[in-house]
Amino acid sequence: MKALKFHPEVLEAITLHAEENFPYESCGFLLGRDGNDFRTFSDYLLVDNSKEGDQRKRFEISPKDYMQAEREAALRGLDLLGIYHSHPDHPAIPSRHDHKQAMPFFSYVILSIREGRLSKYTSWQLDDNGAFIREPILNDQSYQVATASI
Amino acid sequence: MAKIIIPTPLRKFTENNANIEANGGTVLESVQQLAAQYPDIKKHLFDEDGEIRNFVRLYVGDDDIEDLDSVNTAVEAGTVISIVPAIAGGIA
Repeated sequence: MKALKFHPEVLEAITLHAEENFPYESCGFLLGRDGNDFRTFSDYLLVDNSKEGDQRKRFEISPKDYMQAEREAALRGLDLLGIYHSHPDHPAIPSRHDHKQAMPFFSYVILSIREGRLSKYTSWQLDDNGAFIREPILNDQSYQVATASI
Repeated sequence: MAKIIIPTPLRKFTENNANIEANGGTVLESVQQLAAQYPDIKKHLFDEDGEIRNFVRLYVGDDDIEDLDSVNTAVEAGTVISIVPAIAGGIA
């Protein structure tokens, strides 16, 4: 797996989105460049959680928002690289439901929000066998420690 | 002749082509043509029974085919079919 780089304003914006929506799950898109050595998130799109029902435990992105994200990435000359969503008062580990609906290629960034504040964030991508593999995030000092704790 | 828009996560199976032309008379035939041309994409579009997977939505223009004639929706010259992955998840 390639290492990920977040532009600081991207991480700041999606964190704020997730904290403001606590205790409900928030979600959105990550755009940027898929380079040879690094995958870089330079832009983001915040979207509404369209899940009908308990948004404290589930999120959904509407097909129209998905198509708009593809168009927006093309307009900006960027790649649509991933999805972020929050886990309110739960670990930054993919659930069975997260895994079941995952697509190849995308990075799935999960932000664990505890008592309204970011506790930890991780990112995951499907490998060729359909297993979720954790992606290293550069400049994330917690990565090594967090890996050991899973 | 329809244009099929491939979502970014599946472009690795279409030699990074974002759009593919297909000659089918319906949405289903068009998508089947796509799968015949790029066999590695098939398992991401169809289930074991040959039906469109639950987590894949198909749009003709801005319309969900489920609001039209489902997979039997007719395709005309210039029709744009979008493959849209259903994005969802959560802690439980």
